[in-house]
Amino acid sequence: MKATNRGYTRRKWVNRLMLGLSSIAAGLAILILALILGYTIIHGLSYFNLNFLTQAAKPVGEAGGGMRNEIFGTLILVGLGSIIALPIGLLAGIFLSEYASPRVASVVRFMADILAGVPSIVVGVFVYAIVVRPMHSYSALSAGVALAMIMIPVIARTAEESLRLVPNSMREAALALGITRWRAVIGVIIPGAMTGIITGVMLAVARIAGETAPLLFTALGSQFGVQGLLKPIGALPLQIFRYAMSPYKSENQQAWAGAFLLVILVLGISILVRWVSNRKRI
Amino acid sequence: MATKRNTTNMITPGLANNRRLGRRSGFSDRIFSNTTLVFAMVIVALLIGLVIILVKDAMPAISRFGFSFITNSTWDPVKEIYGALPAIYGTLLSSLIGLLIAIPISLGAAIFLVELAPKWLKGPASFIIEMLAAIPSVIIGLWGLFVLVPIVKNPIEIWLGSHLGSLPFFQGPPFGVGFLAAGIILAIMIIPIITAVSRDAMRAVPNEQREAMFALGATRWEMIRQSVLPYCRSGIIGAIILGLGRALGETMAVTMVIGNSYKLTASLFSPGSTIASTIASQFGEAATGVSVGSLVELALILFGVTLLVNVIARALVWRMTSVKVAKE
Repeated sequence: MKATNRGYTRRKWVNRLMLGLSSIAAGLAILILALILGYTIIHGLSYFNLNFLTQAAKPVGEAGGGMRNEIFGTLILVGLGSIIALPIGLLAGIFLSEYASPRVASVVRFMADILAGVPSIVVGVFVYAIVVRPMHSYSALSAGVALAMIMIPVIARTAEESLRLVPNSMREAALALGITRWRAVIGVIIPGAMTGIITGVMLAVARIAGETAPLLFTALGSQFGVQGLLKPIGALPLQIFRYAMSPYKSENQQAWAGAFLLVILVLGISILVRWVSNRKRI
Repeated sequence: MATKRNTTNMITPGLANNRRLGRRSGFSDRIFSNTTLVFAMVIVALLIGLVIILVKDAMPAISRFGFSFITNSTWDPVKEIYGALPAIYGTLLSSLIGLLIAIPISLGAAIFLVELAPKWLKGPASFIIEMLAAIPSVIIGLWGLFVLVPIVKNPIEIWLGSHLGSLPFFQGPPFGVGFLAAGIILAIMIIPIITAVSRDAMRAVPNEQREAMFALGATRWEMIRQSVLPYCRSGIIGAIILGLGRALGETMAVTMVIGNSYKLTASLFSPGSTIASTIASQFGEAATGVSVGSLVELALILFGVTLLVNVIARALVWRMTSVKVAKE
């Protein structure tokens, strides 16, 4: 580093340039989000009305029509996925944190991470093979299984992390009272980690609520509303996809209204998660 | 972190075999711990089952086409000849475009978040960028199709075509939908993950490293370039590879903007396909064993590639964070 004046001026300008570019990059990332969100919310809101929430889809050309059935379908699928994934994910998390030897834990943890990284379309193909084909029908159940498969690793890993954060003094205190280990886990350790576990579950719900790819060959979509768990079922993200690719303007507009609802739902959950986990830290 | 992990591991085996707990409680404990074991094994079973089922279902295509599946570029359901080359090419090309756009923006944003942003801004700015990751892929695709694609067509592709048209990548009519649009969409989708992971890696750099550079008279940028970036290089590379893994498997948004045409061309303006978009658009109509098998083989290839990419990324990121734990 030369101490000459020219060298110093050059270094100062390079510094300014690079730091300026970094700030612009950060601004750009935030701007992209603002553009997507702003456009979806403003554009979606202009096509969003009460009919959209209360009416079933109507054929092109007829006025009105909405996504009542698909909204209902998404609620069912998210519920179904959660019912399947919650016990598996939670108990697997308990196993990883409380019972597994370090070596077994690292193997299971690694596999959970791999499972979390499997592209969701591949999950759809897999669930088609193990549920849809043997049962000879697309069904809400198969879609629930596919969504559960995406939720399980997320719930297991976040449950494990938050159980680990429960101080050992609490484990020892519970056992010193003479209760059995499993009652200590259920009565003391899980309540201690509850905020973290709920955060993980909500994160998983936010993720699957907008998932579309695994529903293509499992839920399929339905023109007849919800007909039970063993029949095809519509879902909000699936309908947004179909309507977005449609050549009809009216269906494109419905897709925007659906996107508005989905964005509010998913971001609402994300902000709630943020709020809950922030409160925990304080 | 480190101390908590150690104590948990130390205390767990001892308590699991604690003889002083009564026989009944020992029995109920064993039931509970074995139940958690069974449910944890569901994760293992799902992963192993996934591999077995994919290989089994892909068999008709594997045995019929063999290695030529990867090198052949026709996809003809009528003659039942299937080749994956255009889909593999499209996946790699769109992911490459995505990375080229996302890497500078993400690293710049990470540097801003760690080194430059005032304290009050760090939390909210990080949160906003992470929110981008929470937007469902189908909504990014919708926005891409109706807002981005027209912009990509005119002015971006027209400008590129008239100024850089001598290059093979920028020739041909501007469609809007195509590899370029898919690449831009992928960049938007992987910016949050690359930013978040490389931000964590930069945060793990000890402050002594920064102070030493400042003490030598370095400017802030020189400090970042010569002290922060080399120190967390493996973490940043890991972040980029994690982003790549995400980009390779992304389905809905890409399917909506890539145009779903099955061909092999150098032009970035041209509509194309990726592995994921081919499965998404063809699987529902596939009827025969060979056509289903070919699509499942595509899924198998996609799974294999993302598995490899994720394992490499995790190894790199883990090395970085374990350095952090050791320092603490």
